[in-house]
Amino acid sequence: MSLLQIDQLSLAIHGTPILRDISFDLDAGQIVGVIGESGSGKSMTAYSVMQLLPEGSRTEGAISLNGDNLLSLSEEQMCSLRGDELGMVFQEPMTALNPVKSIGDQVAETVRIHRQASRAESLRIARETLDRVELPADRFPLSRYPHELSGGQRQRVVIAMAIALRPKVLIADEPTTALDVTTQAQILKLLRRLVREDNMALMMITHDLAVVSDLADDIVIMKSGEVVETGAAKTLFQSMTHPYTKALFEASSHVPDRALDSDAEAAPLLQISHVSRDYVLPRTSLLASPPKFRAVNDVSFTIQRGESLGLVGESGCGKSTLTRAILGLEEVQEGEILIEGEPVFSGHEVQRSVRRKMQVVFQDPYGSFNPRHRVARLVSEPFHLLDTQPGSAERAEAVADALESVGLEGSDGRKYIHEFSGGQRQRIAIARALIIKPKLIVLDEAVSALDVSIRAQILDLLADLSDRFGLTYLFISHDLSVVRSITDRVLVMKAGQIVEEGQTDAVFDNPQHVYTKSLIEAAPRLPDLPTELTAKLATQNEVSI
Amino acid sequence: MLRYTLKRLLSLSVSLLVASIVIFVTIEVVPGDPAFYMLGFNAQPDTIAALREELGLNVSAFQRYVNWVSGMLTGDFGTSYTYRTPVADMIGDRMWISLPLALYALLLSTLIAFPAGILAASKRGSVADTLVMGTTQLGVAIPNFWFAMLMVLVFAINLRWFSAGGFPGWDGGFWLAVKALTLPAISLALPQASILARVMRSALLDTLGEDFVRSARAKGLTRRQALWRHALRNAMIPVLTIIGLQFSFLLAGAIIIENVFFLPGLGRLVFQSISQRDLIVVESVVMLLVFAVVIVNFSVDLAYALVDPRLRRRS
Amino acid sequence: MTAFDTSSNEASVLRQVLRSRSLIIGLVLSAVFIGAALVSYVWTPFDAEALNIPTKLKTPDAVHWFGTDHFGRDIFSMIMVGARTSIAVALIAVGIGILLGVPLGLASAARSGGWLDEVIMRGNDLVFAFPALLIAIMITAVFGPSAVNAIIAIGIFNIPVFARLSRGSALSLWTRDYVLSARVAGKGALRISIEHILPNIMNLLIVQGTIQFSLGILAEAGLSYVGLGAQPPIPSWGRMLADSQTLITLAPHMALFPGFAILLTVLGLNLMGDGLRDLLDPRLRNARR
Repeated sequence: MSLLQIDQLSLAIHGTPILRDISFDLDAGQIVGVIGESGSGKSMTAYSVMQLLPEGSRTEGAISLNGDNLLSLSEEQMCSLRGDELGMVFQEPMTALNPVKSIGDQVAETVRIHRQASRAESLRIARETLDRVELPADRFPLSRYPHELSGGQRQRVVIAMAIALRPKVLIADEPTTALDVTTQAQILKLLRRLVREDNMALMMITHDLAVVSDLADDIVIMKSGEVVETGAAKTLFQSMTHPYTKALFEASSHVPDRALDSDAEAAPLLQISHVSRDYVLPRTSLLASPPKFRAVNDVSFTIQRGESLGLVGESGCGKSTLTRAILGLEEVQEGEILIEGEPVFSGHEVQRSVRRKMQVVFQDPYGSFNPRHRVARLVSEPFHLLDTQPGSAERAEAVADALESVGLEGSDGRKYIHEFSGGQRQRIAIARALIIKPKLIVLDEAVSALDVSIRAQILDLLADLSDRFGLTYLFISHDLSVVRSITDRVLVMKAGQIVEEGQTDAVFDNPQHVYTKSLIEAAPRLPDLPTELTAKLATQNEVSI
Repeated sequence: MLRYTLKRLLSLSVSLLVASIVIFVTIEVVPGDPAFYMLGFNAQPDTIAALREELGLNVSAFQRYVNWVSGMLTGDFGTSYTYRTPVADMIGDRMWISLPLALYALLLSTLIAFPAGILAASKRGSVADTLVMGTTQLGVAIPNFWFAMLMVLVFAINLRWFSAGGFPGWDGGFWLAVKALTLPAISLALPQASILARVMRSALLDTLGEDFVRSARAKGLTRRQALWRHALRNAMIPVLTIIGLQFSFLLAGAIIIENVFFLPGLGRLVFQSISQRDLIVVESVVMLLVFAVVIVNFSVDLAYALVDPRLRRRS
Repeated sequence: MTAFDTSSNEASVLRQVLRSRSLIIGLVLSAVFIGAALVSYVWTPFDAEALNIPTKLKTPDAVHWFGTDHFGRDIFSMIMVGARTSIAVALIAVGIGILLGVPLGLASAARSGGWLDEVIMRGNDLVFAFPALLIAIMITAVFGPSAVNAIIAIGIFNIPVFARLSRGSALSLWTRDYVLSARVAGKGALRISIEHILPNIMNLLIVQGTIQFSLGILAEAGLSYVGLGAQPPIPSWGRMLADSQTLITLAPHMALFPGFAILLTVLGLNLMGDGLRDLLDPRLRNARR
């Protein structure tokens, strides 16, 4: 019998069915990857095991741990299992720790809740556990507070809280989604080590196929509250019996068809030379002048017309600051940013004629639109940049054209933004960027918040638009696979500097800089498929998702 | 922590400085010639001149401001025009009624609000919660001076548990004085406690929805343990803000409610002074009250730092 | 994506209003008192200011529904006219708070971290150190007591309340991507504040407005109780309570009716505010479903 058995689990919240007939097993020392897009019910499956479901939840079926059905245990009995036999790690390390308690106390609490240990004894165990998650005592004393740690370090503390008593089962809900790729690799390595050392069972929940493909022993694929396919990781990708699994796989490694027509001979569209940007930090002493932080340090590059340039880097590398400078939202202290030879800032102001040449698509499809305005008004906002405002008929026609060019209906302009899904909203954001026919479109993590299937569609759309309108893209992302699929050339940024630059394929296949190498090394990869399956996928990639 | 305290102290001094300028300008500069104003339209020119001389009004406004502030720093608040006695003496006794009353009410309000708010939040949706929410809804809406009148009617006039008003003074025994302040303090505290209990409840409920409470539950804490060990301290941040704000309401309330209980506090002094156009007294009382409010807010700022380690960052 | 659903067709709004008991009670109570205030302009059972010593201190009966006071004035009529005073003072004071506080808050948020922000926020802190009563005391000391003083004092007190609220919520909106795209579309701070920020903080302002309205009524009552508000012969609830105080054993009805008038008006406005918040805040609305 397996350690943890989920048997025909169904869940409804306030009468709305969330999960249907979920069944899978977990053995000691085994890693099971639970994969699905948003709304697939993968997190709710985890919360069902922990019995930490929202109010109004009703569960049916059975979840057995060592033969005890968790669904029939009292809350009191569940409390004694949680943290002792069952540990859980969450997605958002920045908010998962209590900001007003020291990390030592928070880890020791797990011990004190379950064992009759003295404070000193539980702190000793906390110390040991923090050492195990590679937070050594000299740099991370127990008295540290969460706000003094980085995201990756906080996630280690969360893991320490979960494993302090060496639970039999560890559930990790998207534990690395909020982290940078190199940090992600380290956390995954840590989890794997802990599983091996403690002979723990690990339920790894993620939306990212690549993350689990070389980590998990077994894989469970979920869609709309149901398990659509399960199997050993080694064989599942080879067989892929369910069409959704194939579609998911195809979307995860999707490369849009693009025509390459950048004109390297002509004058560059965007020229950035020796740009630096400092931020003033809060004073540390009343006497000394406040310290500065150089977010962007002597950066130079160009973008050719019709080119798609990728800018890759981890959080805090300065890519956002650089983006804001290019968009004319923030002035730089040193260097020059020219678009078609014209400076973005002239006399601390940005001319409309300059702004007209570029538009932007942001990451979050939900935060990108004023919820109070109709889509037509949202999409036509950049008309503000024109010298003469178009008449209402002309405006309506332009809105309809823009919406149609991104695959929506012209009549959608009359709707409000909340009537659209995330993927549709991102199309509307692209329509807004297109409407005044800019030269350059800055895509700031524009597909990072989307599910893989939607992401694939948006990437196709971007490729298609670029071909049709001869657009130039600056594609900013932390996601290497996306950048690889859509850009001609790539820049790698670290600590405010460009450390590597080159043709995308050349950089990815043969990275020169040690940092680029580590990035590519850390990025999770999908397994290579046998050739006949690749061919099969190619012919039937119109699977509906 | 030291740097934080110093920064708060600096901002406290700036607040007091600006407040003193605002008070001085409103009361001594806006009405034109205070001596003329205080004596009224029928005053003889030589009487006005004499009063000017007496009040030191013959110098520039700036000089007068400097004199006023430096006087206050040495405990000299000037001389009352009506009573011809030092303002400091008049304020001295009365202050020890109004300020203790406000603090007493703040204490009561906190002692009532915390358990009520915690109870309501921990048993959300229960009978207890509904009861707390209903009572506090009434408590928030009741005017404190009317409530005080009803309390007098019930507890002093009908039940005779307390005297209907007056104050025996602190010399007559501590507990006697406290007893005289009890009905006024309860009347002041209950409406404020209602607000505070509601804030406490909603702050707790907000905090209970935070990710770190979920983490605590995943460690095996019960809902109750998670509330006491994790949510409560985080919920204190908005609650402290309200406590700070409440002190100024309670001080203002104390001044009003002294009328109901015939307490010889700052309220009676200041309303008498207004009707007698005794601007010097009004000015000093207002400054004193602002000072008290600013000091309490300073203490609240320090309390923030005790609750929240992010504020006391070590450099 | 129901979490962000702000859809509102009229039928469902109506259904939600009807489902919210506190909103209905609040609306009814507020309507009663605002109605009484409006009707008092054209009709009151008796002249609220007419003295009639022979009928003084009558307990409630069929003629004088709420009885008469120590000058024989009809308390019901006085409460109707008093509602006018209270509501006018509180409403204008809320208006002052919104008209001055919201632009200050928006400007402060638009220039967040700059000197303007600093000046506005320090100014706010300063006003917070002066409870409305102290402002009223200072104004009265200089200009003498009147209802206008009460309006100014409560109005000044309201300014930082609305300034802080607008600044706080505007600050979080300024980081939204739609504000960034408006900036990329060349829109300035003023235009963005009006087009994008203000409509999105409107709900909060409405809710806070009803709360400040009810606080204003309490404050007006307090000020006129100590003689810093409306002056005789204009009836005001606070003044009526002050008059009743020495007669409380003799004629408790003089104290009860004005007190209940204040209590119920404030209660009504608070309930309406709570109900509106539930209705207007999509986050709460979905949580309840």
